[in-house]
Amino acid sequence: MDLIAEGITQAFRLLIKGDREVLRIALLTLRVSGLATMISTLVGVPLGTALSLWSFRGRRRVAGFVNTGMGLPPVVVGLWVSVFLWRTGPLGFLRLMYTPTAMVIAQTIIALPIVTGLTMAGVGQLDPGIRLQMLSLGASSWQLVCILMREAKLSVLAAIMAGFGRVVAEVGASMMVGGNLLGQTRVLTTATSMEVSKGNFGFAIALSIILVAITYVINAGLTRIQQQGQ
Amino acid sequence: MSRRFMSILAASLLIVLCVGVTAVGATKELILATTTSTRDTGLLDVLLPIFQDQTGYNVKTIAVGTGAALALGSKGEADVLLCHAPASEIELVEAGDVINRQLVMHNDYVIIGSAKDPAGVKGFTSASEALRKIASSGAVFVSRADDSGTHKKEKAIWSKLDYQPSGQAWYLEAGTGMANTLNIANEKLAYCLTDRGTYLSMKDRLDLPILVEGDAILLNIYHVMQVNPEKHKVVNGPGGQAFVEFMISEDVQAIISEFGIDKYGSPLFFPDAGKTIEDLEG
Repeated sequence: MDLIAEGITQAFRLLIKGDREVLRIALLTLRVSGLATMISTLVGVPLGTALSLWSFRGRRRVAGFVNTGMGLPPVVVGLWVSVFLWRTGPLGFLRLMYTPTAMVIAQTIIALPIVTGLTMAGVGQLDPGIRLQMLSLGASSWQLVCILMREAKLSVLAAIMAGFGRVVAEVGASMMVGGNLLGQTRVLTTATSMEVSKGNFGFAIALSIILVAITYVINAGLTRIQQQGQ
Repeated sequence: MSRRFMSILAASLLIVLCVGVTAVGATKELILATTTSTRDTGLLDVLLPIFQDQTGYNVKTIAVGTGAALALGSKGEADVLLCHAPASEIELVEAGDVINRQLVMHNDYVIIGSAKDPAGVKGFTSASEALRKIASSGAVFVSRADDSGTHKKEKAIWSKLDYQPSGQAWYLEAGTGMANTLNIANEKLAYCLTDRGTYLSMKDRLDLPILVEGDAILLNIYHVMQVNPEKHKVVNGPGGQAFVEFMISEDVQAIISEFGIDKYGSPLFFPDAGKTIEDLEG
């Protein structure tokens, strides 16, 4: 019990004092996971919508790939991204290994199938009547997509939240491609994992509380957008 | 909607590019692959800022087991290595993967265990006799099992006994760093082979006293070496050389000799630049 109390007090002390290192770690967590979620949203929402609306040959196979991708283990992604980004690897000339960019790439690969898959499912659930009605009212296909996405807002935002939740929580890929470098690629999950391994459980608990608090604030904001006008 | 969408897309691509470009722009970087003990004890936190100030290199420390560190080196994925598995290191020297290998410091390994000492090894002067006794008593022993320098040392002792502990119920293979392994041993009140530096830095949290120490086989010797830039053209040769010279410089050796005294009452490492392994073993 002492340890939990110590962790909680330490978390508040770090937050109130604005400990520079912890602040930097928290900001990098937001920057990396936020960017990965943003890219996944920009690509995944249109892609998921497209997959659910347009029928083409092999659509089901693509949908199967996307759904499999939703379960990609972060360490697997971390390993494969490492193999490509190592400086002797095929993309080594980019010199991206052990940088925040490498982490964004890995996290995007993790989040993109989740956002795409859940958007696909959400849009697919809409009443097909809406689509026919809109088309009969002479909507262009772009207008149709916008209207359907508005109708599917609940599930699209749930998709974005699920994507963000997954990447902000993952540690395996970030540890591997980022290297947990102090001041450069250390994020809240990798820092927590390292502090646990060093036996600094109080500090680890403090970091975990900060991570959950950040996730809560972000998701509260997204939930607000999601529930608007409901 | 479509214009806004495009502008968001453009903006985010720009951000991605910026993040990427700053990474590519930082050419004066040096990748140090090292064992977890140098990080977990806090030694690198003291030394690296000094090196960075002196040379301007941005050091990226990848703290892994010595086996992984050596593998990164031989692949050309690191510029300089700080490890403690002399036999494996010599293989890399002979293969031409690493050059300029220099003795930096040593401390020693100790066998720790619960004060109850179910196998009765306390005070043994031979590490291999102690492990033989632990094995025959079936008391729980936690192994790093991660091909680290410490694990290589442990395997060397087992092979001296001509005994293969892997697979025995009492032999737990953690597959993780030293500090993590110590935590596991502490929970299980098990025996464990650890380097003294990491042990001392965590001693306050452990209920496991030192039971066996002082055997010559328990010597833990750290070398620094640069990855051969002629073998992999991506390797930062001047940076690696600067780091090797830094580690064996008088100033750094003096810092190493004092490191840990304020916190633990005794130093965690003993500086050895310029000596040979024979000096240490003799």
